[in-house]
Amino acid sequence: MNSVILLSGDLGFMIKGVFSYNLFGQEVWITTSHICLLIVMLIIIGFCIAANRAIKHATEVPGTFQNIVEMVVDMLDGMVTSSMGKAAPKFVNYISTIFIFILISNISGLFGLRPPTADYGVTFPLGIITFCLIFFNKIKYQKISGFIKGLCDPWPFWAPINVIGDVAVPISLSLRLFANVLSGTVMMALVYGLLSKIAYGWPAILHVYFDLFSGAIQTYVFCMLTMTYVADAIGDGLD
Amino acid sequence: MEGISGADLIKACSAIGAGLAVIAGIGPGVGQGIAAGHAAAAVGRNPGAKGDITSTMLLGQAVAETTGLYGLLVAMLLLFVQPLVG
Repeated sequence: MNSVILLSGDLGFMIKGVFSYNLFGQEVWITTSHICLLIVMLIIIGFCIAANRAIKHATEVPGTFQNIVEMVVDMLDGMVTSSMGKAAPKFVNYISTIFIFILISNISGLFGLRPPTADYGVTFPLGIITFCLIFFNKIKYQKISGFIKGLCDPWPFWAPINVIGDVAVPISLSLRLFANVLSGTVMMALVYGLLSKIAYGWPAILHVYFDLFSGAIQTYVFCMLTMTYVADAIGDGLD
Repeated sequence: MEGISGADLIKACSAIGAGLAVIAGIGPGVGQGIAAGHAAAAVGRNPGAKGDITSTMLLGQAVAETTGLYGLLVAMLLLFVQPLVG
């Protein structure tokens, strides 16, 4: 039995190793997740270069592409501002980045890739970044005294429960995203695997639900929860 | 029972366990339904706040969904990683 979680298998939705190499005596596998991640990154970088060029040569009456870029930036700006208020300018860059990254990762299942976010190794670092942001901002804006006061919230002996509550945040955030995307991937693989004789055309409806709808909702939820937690950590610090 | 080895028995029981684990989906189903019902009532009372109500409802539903997803993960681990088969 394989020891690495979901690394190899016979079914279509498993992560497959492409090739392996030795790194300091440790066998390291390059898997489909790495490759799909690279493809997603290249798409985003290409979009960014094109957007940069379009905005540098911006015209008074915007063309199609410039219009799209302005719409995306406007929407992300509005989303961050509506839920973070005064702290929004500090975090709009990071939130927009993870929003676009997770969204394109989630809907990459539509283009035949295995979504990179259906790998726990991709979503867990995102949760860890959120955890670090919460921790850092709590220390920065509420100082050590406020941090300790928040830890012993109702009574001092309640502190272990609060610590567990804090540590559970990145785990539940990353598991939510991972399990949602994985469930969609598994469902699509089952449909294509079991009904391969009659799976023509109509699975598109399932793709719309599992890849587009579910992916967009989970992206929104991840960013929204990150913003809520960080805004909560900042508290009244910016007044 | 002659031809059944210990590993086969564990695999069969893992499959039953996976089926039992996804019963966890009942809870989030009820919870999301209640949230959606209350959101519909809220939109009926105050149609102007439709956008805010929808985003709040989606956020709450996604958080409520987490426990169901834990059940799904346990089922997946039992079926595909098979930690109990030594």
